[in-house]
Amino acid sequence: MASGDFRSPLARAEGLGSAKSGTRHWWLQRVGAIALVPLTVWFLVAIIAHAGADYATFTSWLRTPVAMTGTILLLPVLFHHSALGLQVIVEDYTHSGSKFALLIAVRLSCYGLAIVGTVAVLRVAFGG
Amino acid sequence: MADKAPLTGSPARRMRPKSPNIQIYRPQLTSVLSIANRITGAALSVAAVMLVAWLCAAAGGPQSYGAAQAALGSPIGLLLLFACTFAFFLHLCGGIRHLMWDTVHGFELRTIYTTGWLVVGASVVLTVLVWGFGWFVGGWY
Repeated sequence: MASGDFRSPLARAEGLGSAKSGTRHWWLQRVGAIALVPLTVWFLVAIIAHAGADYATFTSWLRTPVAMTGTILLLPVLFHHSALGLQVIVEDYTHSGSKFALLIAVRLSCYGLAIVGTVAVLRVAFGG
Repeated sequence: MADKAPLTGSPARRMRPKSPNIQIYRPQLTSVLSIANRITGAALSVAAVMLVAWLCAAAGGPQSYGAAQAALGSPIGLLLLFACTFAFFLHLCGGIRHLMWDTVHGFELRTIYTTGWLVVGASVVLTVLVWGFGWFVGGWY
């Protein structure tokens, strides 16, 4: 034990730091980032290939198992990564009481948007 | 507002200048790319909202999909898409650079500048490639 370390043995063993979350935020942001490299590049290439496509062409693409699965995989990972990043921005630049309201709004909006996007894809894939 | 308060009074009450004093700090590739990664991340979050709106338009049927496509194909829509493409590649390349740093590699000053300019160059080239392909091969307009 280094001199000047005033942490309790339990705190030292847990190694979670003063925020009690350790490297969890950082780690999840990296895991999401790694997943997003292939997912976003695939999606971008697919979207470019269908740029200006009419409704029938685009929806028949989105109905294919690969396109549907890829897009539904992309949405939650994208919005989770986004939520983590926006959380840090709010934490860094907001110093008033609205900080907590903003943090909650960011998190709920991101999760809500991921669900709305997923439902939209499922509706194209399975609806009428 | 806080910066204009006088530097007088008791030490605890003094409005001390806040680091990093960006208004007087010379921009460098390192600092500019650092804040650019954050700005593009925030911008891409807005783009993600547009993506969901676009998917909802497709779910709504041919009419709403057509309206969304027309909006995206308008000059403002195309300009936004172009900006989003560049922001995406800058964030992607900058993110890959961050992942390299996470493995404790590339912290030598020369390497930091080399990879920094690589990120800028790759983002420009990839954006031009995507739009060149879309414009001339894919027939966007």
